[in-house]
Amino acid sequence: MSEIRLKSLAHSYGTSSSGHIDYALREMNHVWEQGGAYALLGPSGCGKSTLLNIISGLLTPSSGEVLFDGKVVNHLSPQDRNIAQVFQFPVIYDSMTVFDNLAFPLRNMKIAEPKVISKVHEIANILELHPVLKKKAHNLTVDEKQKVSMGRGLVRDDVSAILFDEPLTVIDPQLKWKLRRKLKQIHEQFKLTMIYVTHDQLEASTFADKIAVMYGGKIVQFGTPRELFENPKHTFVGYFIGSPGMNLIEVTPCENGVEFDGIKVPLEASHNNLLAELSTKNVKIGIRPEFIHVWDKPVADAFECQVLHIEDLGTYKILTLKLASQTLKARLSEDHILPEKVAFISFPEQWLKLYVDEYLVEERLEEITAGENMAEENDV
Amino acid sequence: MNKVENNKAWWLVLPVFILVAFSAVIPLMTVVNYSVQDIFDQNNAYFVGVEWYREILLNTRLQESLLRQFIYSFTVLAIEIPLGIAIALMMPKKGIMASFSLIVVAIPLLIPGNVVGTIWKIFGRADIGLFGWLLNYLGMDYNYAANPIDAWATVVLMDVWHWTPLVALLCYSGLRAIPEVFYQAAAIDRASKWAVFRFIQLPRLRNVLVIGTLLRFMDSFMIYSEPFVLTGGGPGNSTTFLSQTLTKMAIGQFDLGPAAAFSLVYFLIVLLVSWLFFTTINEMAKDK
Repeated sequence: MSEIRLKSLAHSYGTSSSGHIDYALREMNHVWEQGGAYALLGPSGCGKSTLLNIISGLLTPSSGEVLFDGKVVNHLSPQDRNIAQVFQFPVIYDSMTVFDNLAFPLRNMKIAEPKVISKVHEIANILELHPVLKKKAHNLTVDEKQKVSMGRGLVRDDVSAILFDEPLTVIDPQLKWKLRRKLKQIHEQFKLTMIYVTHDQLEASTFADKIAVMYGGKIVQFGTPRELFENPKHTFVGYFIGSPGMNLIEVTPCENGVEFDGIKVPLEASHNNLLAELSTKNVKIGIRPEFIHVWDKPVADAFECQVLHIEDLGTYKILTLKLASQTLKARLSEDHILPEKVAFISFPEQWLKLYVDEYLVEERLEEITAGENMAEENDV
Repeated sequence: MNKVENNKAWWLVLPVFILVAFSAVIPLMTVVNYSVQDIFDQNNAYFVGVEWYREILLNTRLQESLLRQFIYSFTVLAIEIPLGIAIALMMPKKGIMASFSLIVVAIPLLIPGNVVGTIWKIFGRADIGLFGWLLNYLGMDYNYAANPIDAWATVVLMDVWHWTPLVALLCYSGLRAIPEVFYQAAAIDRASKWAVFRFIQLPRLRNVLVIGTLLRFMDSFMIYSEPFVLTGGGPGNSTTFLSQTLTKMAIGQFDLGPAAAFSLVYFLIVLLVSWLFFTTINEMAKDK
């Protein structure tokens, strides 16, 4: 059991054709606390599997350090790191029985056979693998196989963390739900640090206490599912989490707020001040479809827009709206009044987020001041 | 539900039936025909029943030859299969060296059997052959033409040189088909090198090894040209294998009846051993 700390970690698989280094992972600092259930969420190719393989030791990072409980483990092989990893496709030893598969890591560690037997039975119980324990592993169904691969990680007492690399990709939807529950249960029972890689936000939020959203080789936000939903710190988090994703509109600063297509959106005074301090052209406002207020008749401070499309998804409806040249989505509950053709919308201030250079304005400012402080320190 | 009966579909089997008839059944039937008759000339053939079969099964020369054949085939398999696996494991996985080693390993396979015989005939000579000369230089009294043990060793070595590459190439392709993730999982499970071989590589080589073993068994069991060119079956009869005995009987002595009977027995032995091997292997993979 251990805390996993990543210190100035970066990785590159090699230089690109144009000569500069192609980073699969950009320099990052991150801490996975002992006993936490974490998800690493991001689109394909964002570097999440790379990060996972670096933690398990299958890959050596090009720079930076991986620390387990404060000890640098960069040079340690996966065998010596006490890590278990479950892969996207079940990896089983075909020629062995399920029992021997589960016993394999223990026998490799030369653990006494009576202990092996009791440990295997314990894990088989938890994973409900008892009925197939004597079967050859290659005759199992795919979800049983995946359970066996998980079981091989769980039998070891010395495991400090279990890493899951999209383990439910090949599993049927109904079984997915069952296995996810099982994982959660195992986490509660063993209090192991678990890191779960996925591109499915539902999977991430049902499994994990905290989610790290990765984008372009970086962790852009690390927080609870609620934080990610209510306060996305990066436009990508807004877009990627939620269904549909956050509405993002490119704007230009103006007096007391921002404007787009001649429409003025007033902002809080503090935001205006922040905006004034930054000199950048990349400014966006974002609001979740759930938080847009919608009326069917004119209301003070509401913008008039065209209703393009209504999708009825049973418990809620999604409205596609056109405000000037922007297309917006709004999510309405079942019993909400449904505007026809024309709708009037407003953006509640507390849910209206301001993004500068794709980052939430507060974050961006912090980063800049941190940079300045660093520069000052260096001067001294 | 009414099932539509249309027996005309059977005509679709006809092409395969004709093909198999001409390629296998009819030629084989000729042999069956010969094996039950005593033929003096075109107009004088007598039906003898199982007489030829009785004769060949009691023929000690054939029995000795059959025993020799089994020893030879098993020796060759016992060396070529493990050696082929070992070579495949040692070959580079990618890059220019992989292509290079593939070509080097494949070269012996491109050489016809009688040429291989000739190569080793010269190679093994004490006066002008490098191999024979070297062994004698090192103090060994090596002479494949005079010493039965030397002759045997040379015949086996020749086959190993010629055919191990086949096993190696089959295994190489099998090894390349194992996904990287299996090795990663094994590393995490702390498997030793031996355990990786025993529980990942070997099980996943099973199919290519079955094919390789069958091919090598059948081929080595029917070997003819290499030992014929190298030793001519000698010294004495020490390297006279089944096909050579059979050829001598059929063409040398023109005993067509016994030769035909023996051909059939020969064919059945190959079929039986292959079938036994294949079913045993398949049974082993099943759950008890």
